[in-house]
Amino acid sequence: MALDRRSVLKGAFAAGAAGVAGVTGGGPARAKERAEAPADAVGLLYDSTKCIGCKTCVVACQDANGLPRDTRLDPLHDAPVDLNDRAKTVIKLFRDDDDGRVAFFKAQCMHCIDPGCVNACMLGALQKREYGIVTWDPKRCIGCRYCQIACSFNVPKFQWESAAPKIIKCEMCNHRLAEGLEPACTTVCPAHAVIYGKRTDLLAEAKQRIADHPGRYQDHVYGETEGGGTQCLVLAPSNVDYTELGLPALGDEPTAQLSRTVQHTVYKGFIAPAALYGILGFVLWKNRRQEAVSQSAASQSEGEEDRS
Amino acid sequence: MLDLGLTPTNLKDEVLGKGLDRRSFLKICTLAAAAVGLPASAGKLMAEQAAKGLKPSVIWLSYQECTGCSETLLRTSHPQLDELILDLISLDYHEALMAPSGHLAEEARMQAMDANDGKFVLVVEGAIPTADGGIYCKVGGRTALDTVQEAADRAGAIIAIGSCASWGGIPSSPPNPTGAQGAPQVLAGKTVVTIPGCPPNPYNFLGTVLQYATFGTLPALDEKGRPLYAYGRTIHEHCPRRAHFDAGRFVQQYGDDGHRQGWCLYKMGCKGPQTHAPCSVEQFNEVVDAWPIGLGHPCFGCTEETLAFKVPMHDTVQIDRATPPDTYAPIHAEQGKASPLAAGVAGAVVGGVVGAGLMAAKKLGSDAPDSSTDGED
Amino acid sequence: MSAHTAVGGRFDTRAARILLALALVGLAVVVWRFAAGLGATTGLSNGYPFGIWIAFDVVTGTALACGGYAVAILVYVLNKGKYHPLVRPAILTSALGYTLGGIAVAVDVGRPWWIWKVPLFFWRWNLSSALLEVALCIMAYILVLWVELSPAFLETWEKSDDHPKLARFSKKARPIVEKALLWVIALGLVLPSMHQSSLGTVMLIGGWKLHPLWNTPLIPLLFLVGCIAMGYGVVAMESLLSSRVFGRKSETAMLGSLAGAAMITVGIWLAVRLIDVVVRGVLPDAFQATSYAFWFWLEIALAVLPVLLLLSKARRRNPGTLFQAALWMVVGGALFRFNTYLSAFNPGDNWSYVPSIPELLVTLGFIAAEILGYLWVVKRFPILSGEPARRGGSTRPAHART
Repeated sequence: MALDRRSVLKGAFAAGAAGVAGVTGGGPARAKERAEAPADAVGLLYDSTKCIGCKTCVVACQDANGLPRDTRLDPLHDAPVDLNDRAKTVIKLFRDDDDGRVAFFKAQCMHCIDPGCVNACMLGALQKREYGIVTWDPKRCIGCRYCQIACSFNVPKFQWESAAPKIIKCEMCNHRLAEGLEPACTTVCPAHAVIYGKRTDLLAEAKQRIADHPGRYQDHVYGETEGGGTQCLVLAPSNVDYTELGLPALGDEPTAQLSRTVQHTVYKGFIAPAALYGILGFVLWKNRRQEAVSQSAASQSEGEEDRS
Repeated sequence: MLDLGLTPTNLKDEVLGKGLDRRSFLKICTLAAAAVGLPASAGKLMAEQAAKGLKPSVIWLSYQECTGCSETLLRTSHPQLDELILDLISLDYHEALMAPSGHLAEEARMQAMDANDGKFVLVVEGAIPTADGGIYCKVGGRTALDTVQEAADRAGAIIAIGSCASWGGIPSSPPNPTGAQGAPQVLAGKTVVTIPGCPPNPYNFLGTVLQYATFGTLPALDEKGRPLYAYGRTIHEHCPRRAHFDAGRFVQQYGDDGHRQGWCLYKMGCKGPQTHAPCSVEQFNEVVDAWPIGLGHPCFGCTEETLAFKVPMHDTVQIDRATPPDTYAPIHAEQGKASPLAAGVAGAVVGGVVGAGLMAAKKLGSDAPDSSTDGED
Repeated sequence: MSAHTAVGGRFDTRAARILLALALVGLAVVVWRFAAGLGATTGLSNGYPFGIWIAFDVVTGTALACGGYAVAILVYVLNKGKYHPLVRPAILTSALGYTLGGIAVAVDVGRPWWIWKVPLFFWRWNLSSALLEVALCIMAYILVLWVELSPAFLETWEKSDDHPKLARFSKKARPIVEKALLWVIALGLVLPSMHQSSLGTVMLIGGWKLHPLWNTPLIPLLFLVGCIAMGYGVVAMESLLSSRVFGRKSETAMLGSLAGAAMITVGIWLAVRLIDVVVRGVLPDAFQATSYAFWFWLEIALAVLPVLLLLSKARRRNPGTLFQAALWMVVGGALFRFNTYLSAFNPGDNWSYVPSIPELLVTLGFIAAEILGYLWVVKRFPILSGEPARRGGSTRPAHART
């Protein structure tokens, strides 16, 4: 039985179709792979209605993390306009010029329960370590910046001006946590707008605030389920949507779920590539043998012709 | 007015004699304590010590100075307070204020130093010339270098009042022909509390003396020997015009609208961002706004060796430890670098490649098609 | 089948000098990039961390280097021996393209001193990362390609009188390589299937930042089929150019039938692309007045055009038409990959990216280096097959051509 083009193509299509079906239809398989929040997960609760926009957290964060002031856009002031290589947290202002609505937003790493950046990182430089805090390890990072593509909140920032660049992002002041202190931002906030605690406690507190003050807040806590849930939670005023604060409208599926599912479906146990290698090896071997047979047949007939 | 003898005086009589009751006196001690950052309890302790007549002996040596620092001690808006200040300490030698002169004055000094050896507070006012053996300032036939060394070796605490004594001041401005230096430089190895300023607010000095008198300790000092309670922050960090700075409202020239409205003087050359001093909080003579910026003139950094009498008055300085402005980052700030030139070049390259490809296609098509190499199809 | 022969002739020609100049300029910029940092030399930013060095040099460049893969499928899997003359030049292009693509990665990443950890520190591998799989496969594939190509070098070296040690080594090595070649070729079919498809999966992690017209779980299939089509296109273009430039008989007939395979591949790509967009319900996005719609339809047009051009058999015999069709296939496939990585990626409207001129110079330098490498090898080693053109063909003697 010769392996002809038709049967090979048939087989290839079948394999491809199975792969696609596995990717798109793998419901239960997907759910099993999602990460859960660790029991001792810590986080922040930022209440936009309490924030006064003083930016003390921005300065305290820079001091606690050894970051220089960002005077690049405004030489007279420390004025980062976004998270960057000198700002692990930043205060942004939402203002609607038409109806006068105003709200502050504190941006920093959301310490997702199932982070896109952790999924993306080739050697695991970004990982969820103690208390579920996402930290960066300089010894494992090659600076490929895939984490920047992967983060739904555009959090990891790169030191573009350095010859030995690092990834800069909030690590929940884990060096302070180790000394029994709280993160710098929560320590200095004069309005207690951002507080630190266990995620379970913060989530309960956030829901309590919504219940205790009807009409003050948006009716759900951002980060409870978004992107698979985040350890940093946000409360917004009732008249400002989370998207207006710059937070993406995410479903409850983790950012990396699709790409992870595609990868795992195709490469589970490395079966598919190994099988493909085996099949191809066999096909090539068969073809070579066929060729050798036909060549020797041709030379034989030539020899016969010569003799005749 | 000055008591040459060293027997303790009864302050209570003096105080009451001046028409001040005990309660007011206590209030004033508390104010003095608060002004220098000592706890309220210190005020009570101070009053008690003073009432007991236990006043620290102060030897005040004057060298290359204008006497402004002495004057500052006396410039208050409460006529009786200056006397009270002098009654909380025992000023045993001060050339401008003491009654005796000549040899009698020198004798008084030696007596005071002998009686309070190791305990008296040495105050140095003015710079000390060091060139040519220090001959450019001699009192009673002895050089400043000599007398200050002698007094410093026997003092319990050394305070340099004013910029001249702290780091050289005006006499040390280039070319400094007399080799004028501050006390810490001349008294290398000794702890010298410096109270720079031209002149400093009296409470900067008073707090140190009172703490020493009450608790026997010196306040926390920075690396230049300046008490942190007074020199721990820059003018910029506690300036009443700071909101204008943060909002970008600057005076552009004297007399303009901004100047009339009291806007920030940074662009006029204010050295506030680099000048450590409490003038913005204390002002002078206990009159509100009686300080340079309050009067509409930029700070010239009189406490700082690197600024005063060196950097031109209207040169701007850098902001150390910048802080956020009055403005906010928007939710989505425009970022990224898009150069139109680079975009044009990139487009040209792509166009060029495709164009070349099409030209090659044309050329290949116009060639007569070669017959096939191996006859297969 | 014709034997492979070295083209011979001078390497130092005017064109080679121009290419060398371009390559050296690129190298100078690379040195500057390491000294001054990526911010100073590129237009990259936190919003657009991937630029043309990734989107073009690596992702598109390796796809352009898929000629070896595409032809190997035909020759070794589908057993179409008549295409065999195309294999060696295709593998050479692949080897050069992938090697330079790998170097491009080393230039683009910010902390390249740890790159050696990627293949060696297997206990640290994050098996969920599509990019890791791409990196490992590409590293392995580069080795495989040079081994696959090695017979061409060994054949030459074993006849070398000037270097007896090299000759001895080559004599010993060649039979070993040829025996193992089957399994190496099989590897050379598995590895690109893996990473060329995963190059598409890489961008899926962008989530909401990747435009719905490109954000599909079928993107690995589209990338794989697309790279095969591009492979055929590159092989055809290369063959037609080489024939003309080196004064060899053109392989138009063989390319004409190759065109059939290419058309099927492009047809599959078109079908999957359109059906996917319709089934996922994002077709309306293609009719909005946006740049995304524009890029989408341009991709479709660049896929339809070559199919139309190659429909008639007569057209398939014309080298000019073949070249043009191949050009559109290559450009279209490149555009699809470029779009997935750049045009369809939007981290927020407040971000923008345009490659800086130094960035462009590096890319051009890499392309020049690849062409230069191709010319050098092809002139010295038996890569191309086919006989010199008959007198009626090109008017210039072979050795004087570029």
